[in-house]
Amino acid sequence: MATTTQQAPASAEPQAGAPRELTYLEAISEALREEMLRDESVICIGEDIGAFGGAFKVTDGFQEEFGAERVIDAPLAENAIIGAAVGAAIEGLRPVCEMQFADFISCGFDQLVNVAAKLHYRQGVAVPLVVRLPSGGGFSGGPFHSQNPEAWFLQTPGLKVVAPATPADAKGLLISAIRDPNPVCFLEHKGLYRSVRGEVPAGEHTVPLGKARVAREGRELTVIAYGSSVHLALRAAEELGEDIEVIDLRSLCPLDSEAILASVRKASKVLVAHEATRSCGVGAEVAALISERAFEHLDAPVRRLTAPDVPIPFSPPLERAVLPQLDEMKEACDELLRY
Amino acid sequence: MDASDGAVATEPARVRTQGAGKGLEREDRARLLRFMVMMRAAEERGLTLYRQGKVPGSFYDGRGQEAISVGAAYALGPRDRLCILHRDLGAHFVRGVTPDRYLANYLGREGGVTRGRDGNMHFGDRRLGCVGMVSMLPDMAQVAAGMALAYKLRGERRVALTFFGEGSTANGQWHEAMNLAGVHRLPVVFVLENNQFAYSTPNELEFAVDPVERAAGYGFPGVSVDGNDVEAVFEATRQAAERARAGEGPTLIECHTMRMHGHGAHDDMSYVPAGLHERWRKRDPIERYAHRLVADFGFTPQEVERIQAEVREYVERCAERALASPPPDPATATEGVFAERWEPLGDGEAPWSRWQREEAA
Repeated sequence: MATTTQQAPASAEPQAGAPRELTYLEAISEALREEMLRDESVICIGEDIGAFGGAFKVTDGFQEEFGAERVIDAPLAENAIIGAAVGAAIEGLRPVCEMQFADFISCGFDQLVNVAAKLHYRQGVAVPLVVRLPSGGGFSGGPFHSQNPEAWFLQTPGLKVVAPATPADAKGLLISAIRDPNPVCFLEHKGLYRSVRGEVPAGEHTVPLGKARVAREGRELTVIAYGSSVHLALRAAEELGEDIEVIDLRSLCPLDSEAILASVRKASKVLVAHEATRSCGVGAEVAALISERAFEHLDAPVRRLTAPDVPIPFSPPLERAVLPQLDEMKEACDELLRY
Repeated sequence: MDASDGAVATEPARVRTQGAGKGLEREDRARLLRFMVMMRAAEERGLTLYRQGKVPGSFYDGRGQEAISVGAAYALGPRDRLCILHRDLGAHFVRGVTPDRYLANYLGREGGVTRGRDGNMHFGDRRLGCVGMVSMLPDMAQVAAGMALAYKLRGERRVALTFFGEGSTANGQWHEAMNLAGVHRLPVVFVLENNQFAYSTPNELEFAVDPVERAAGYGFPGVSVDGNDVEAVFEATRQAAERARAGEGPTLIECHTMRMHGHGAHDDMSYVPAGLHERWRKRDPIERYAHRLVADFGFTPQEVERIQAEVREYVERCAERALASPPPDPATATEGVFAERWEPLGDGEAPWSRWQREEAA
């Protein structure tokens, strides 16, 4: 195998074709599989991803198809998974690391934030790797299987961070993340895995990192969201029947400032929504950006709908009390519309 | 164990006695001396710059440990790769970094290896096949294992080598790296420098079992060598690299030595028991090798003296170049956070005559 990205023979190349409906999870799996077919340097490494196919079955069947050398069942050691991926990436592989749950990134944090993120700035060494992070709550996963850790990464210069909401974006962003020469944190919301279906282009399909998407056009209020909150916002807009715009950020770093500001200039009222906790989160950053660069366009204070600053509790009534709910989304939109 | 009399470092039964490095020619031996002297002279020059207030931050050196980085790096081929740590300046020199770039890095100048982005020993020249260290130890052991994973996957006869101190063996990442390397029989060489202290903490407060003995628990050999004998370190590394290239997996090489300076220049070493430095000073790796070149390898005292003088003069010229290097442009401080493209590491210099012989053949 060459150290550079290689094209697989044409026969193995997935053929571009009409979109089919896939679940969010199937789209992630398809992106990964197609990249492994296209480029021999793409490998997967994680816990229980080989024989078992991964805790959520994203890599089901991969080991049979690509072999145990490219679909590596790692020991239970997250720093080793990411650290080994750093070394392999430097030497020309394109590793995709799976954290079994996003929460476990804490055990691999050092390699991610101190080694991977800083190597290019310090030494000019590119580290093209992806860390897949099954995140989010809603299933009584409790404090250690429900977190949305994106703000940890956003405070680390050198990491790119994406959080797709739709199957098409999940595929397109994962392919772009794999081809990007930097470490990319890919937040995949567990609640969307099987609950969200959508059209996904077959074969080659990339979505650029750093570009937001207008998920719904509107003129009275813009809800700026990502991940699971995009779906909550879309449902709220439909049920309220109001002229609400929904911006799906998709990429948290780089952040698409222009798309945010354009929507604010149009709608003049802003709700920023995410499932992650409140303080110093993406919502705080987006609100600060708006106040710095679009203050004169605002007709109301920027509001946030987020989880409060608590660990995600286990018991269903407690968890529901913490995670943003549809009613709360509708209420927040309604209040802003009436402001 | 009793650190107060240095017994750990000199336990004769476990420490492999010095022999001649296999495949070393006369020119190689001259170079081994040259690189060790270069490391010492460059560090002494750097320390002077630090004391003159010209070095921002602190100053870290590997005095007394010159035989380890020089001997280990000298055994590697051009396509092998290294993660070099803060006591291992000699390995940078073997691979082709020049002392001016090292000193300019300490000075925070544009001419330093990291162009002022990182300081002191936190550098590695990617064009010479090195990935620079981070302060968290032993993170680079994991990275080296990952590099070796790529070689194994592609069936390349290459080796990744990294250094760490015995202090690092207490950290969980050391276990993670050893375990992964053992499970996948990765072509990696781990060079453990037991210099008696992790900053101020002595061996008996660092571990209950000597870390080299743990290698067996990971399924690969651990060998102890006299870390103040450059040919012993070279020979152990040569054998470990051969093993790795043959697909037989990793080796842990423990080099017994003594850190003759403090952790950093700010460290007064008040915790080092009386007499320990004196005992180790008698085993100075450079003096021992200079003596051995004359006694065993047919060098004249004048030749040895000339090598030392030439190197010191060269380092002085390098210091002038480093001091003449401009400071980095503040306007560039926010550049380079993200990469535009991936590029392979370049090959390092591999001065061992073996590689020229092989190329000629």
